[in-house]
Amino acid sequence: MTVRIGVITFPGSLDDRDAQRAVRIAGAEPVALWHGSHDLEGVDALVLPGGFSYGDYLRSGAIAALSPIMTEVKDAADKGMPILGICNGFQMLVEAHLLPGGLIRNDHQHFVRRDQKLTVENADTAWTSAFEKGQEIVIPLKNGEGGYIAAGETLDRLEGEGLVAFRYAGVNPNGSLRDIAGLTNERGNVVGLMPHPEHATEPGFGPDTPHAMRSGVDGLGFFASAIAAVASVAA
Amino acid sequence: MPTIVVDVMPKAELLDPQGKAVSGAFARLGIDAFTQVRIGKRFELTVDGEVDDRVLAEARRVAEEVLSNSVIEDVVGVEVAE
Repeated sequence: MTVRIGVITFPGSLDDRDAQRAVRIAGAEPVALWHGSHDLEGVDALVLPGGFSYGDYLRSGAIAALSPIMTEVKDAADKGMPILGICNGFQMLVEAHLLPGGLIRNDHQHFVRRDQKLTVENADTAWTSAFEKGQEIVIPLKNGEGGYIAAGETLDRLEGEGLVAFRYAGVNPNGSLRDIAGLTNERGNVVGLMPHPEHATEPGFGPDTPHAMRSGVDGLGFFASAIAAVASVAA
Repeated sequence: MPTIVVDVMPKAELLDPQGKAVSGAFARLGIDAFTQVRIGKRFELTVDGEVDDRVLAEARRVAEEVLSNSVIEDVVGVEVAE
């Protein structure tokens, strides 16, 4: 069976085509979905891609989180479908209350773009099972409003329940509290992060590695995990 | 037509990078009368007709649920503009 992974395009999405490409490289079939529709077209998993939906008016991801298709996205999340929010997509998941907390302007006030080292903190989610807990990966990061914040008791709960999926390693690029780069929900099907796994899936186009320039493909594990999660449910 | 004004501010305990950037410009201009700048948002909701309790309640609801994110912001005012 070919796993079908939907990628939702919002007005202002930038990385929807890259996400589709990453899905294809990982061995699944990408399905282009539209924010204004109420139809998930029977996909097995979903990606909310990066960009600047609705010009990031009001707050990053806030208006996109109220899009027609988000009714179906929330429904699918409740039913356990693997859903990944990347960058602006992470901001949408937070604004839709599928993940807790908020994302604010980087503490140093600059847009940042770098190949970012992350520590995988939770390898038991639908999007991280291809990794080992504690594994370090490098994928590109590019954002202006990536500072993760939440109330102190929320942060303690996230840590206590193992819901921090990724932490920035080496450098905290945006002032995120407790170096949080990405989160999972309790069930492990909804994951959001600021860095971009879809940009590290094909040799020649990823981050540099000690072995060769632009050879980093650490982002593939995200999509491979989701494919495995869907296959295990189907089996 | 009456207008309801909703004011939203970043939470006091949070760093407001935008306000900080403006503070920096003040310093470069030699303006030292202000110790801090914080930037919020003002929304003007136009009402076609009378502002009754139902309309005001609706304004408070959108202020809390749409116009602000309670994790990072506070609604500091929902007032009918005179």
